[in-house]
Amino acid sequence: MKNKILPIAFSLIFIIIFILFYKGLQDTSIYTPKSKIKDKVPVFSVNQFNSDKTISSSELFKSDKFYLLNIWSSWCVPCRKEHPLLMELSLRENIELIGLNYKDKNKNANSFLNELGNPYKEIIFDKEGIYAIEWGAYGVPETFIIYNNMIIEKYIGPLNEQSLDEIKNLIK
Amino acid sequence: MKTVKIFFIIFFIFSFNHLKANDDENLKSKITKNLRCLICQGQSVYDSDSEFANSLKTLVDMKIEEGLSENQIYDFFKDKYGEWILYDPIFHKNTYFLWLLPLLMFFLGGAIIFKKLIKKN
Repeated sequence: MKNKILPIAFSLIFIIIFILFYKGLQDTSIYTPKSKIKDKVPVFSVNQFNSDKTISSSELFKSDKFYLLNIWSSWCVPCRKEHPLLMELSLRENIELIGLNYKDKNKNANSFLNELGNPYKEIIFDKEGIYAIEWGAYGVPETFIIYNNMIIEKYIGPLNEQSLDEIKNLIK
Repeated sequence: MKTVKIFFIIFFIFSFNHLKANDDENLKSKITKNLRCLICQGQSVYDSDSEFANSLKTLVDMKIEEGLSENQIYDFFKDKYGEWILYDPIFHKNTYFLWLLPLLMFFLGGAIIFKKLIKKN
């Protein structure tokens, strides 16, 4: 009897490990951070675009109003693709668009806006990319919907028609 | 001959001392080696040269200058990106298996060897 316990225990452990690894193989290896919805807007003070003035997060986001924070850059190709959608959204009165210009050159960013239009009410300038980290972002483009100083929705990657409809429903 | 040998051993040990660089720089590389680059997976922030990793390095620098401790810096990034960003997973109910399995295997192996030795004797 005693001699039998050991092989059984070993085969059990082997089977468990095999199942774990086999399941692991099928899992996607690409990780995206859990979107931290219902999180507070980070507190920061940052330079304004095209100016030397700084602006704080409390000045940017007032309560009882919808805001869309969009992280963009002139060198980011997907940003070009989503730009018309942002322009469309900027026509609505119940949402204010704020741009976070990520690791960009002032000249290039300006020509990007001149070419495609400026949907943003306010643009903040993140030269080092550190304020984007405060938002838990990890690249461009990324979009956050803010209401009452809370992040209520987050889109990683460029916006599309479907996400635009979702946003429109949110701000109804 | 013996004194020459001892001299060389001492010289060899002390010659490593100059490798000890600035403390802040050491702390920075220690922290960035334990942070996972989220857009270039399989690489640490320390190894990566992506935009994301470079921003993280700058931020770690700033946090060290602000006087935050190593654990406070880890907590900051954990809060922003979740525990996945740390290479060294923290011991809690989701990671019991991960931490305890090697120990369990070690003791099991030890027990088998011990049993065999007793049998032989």
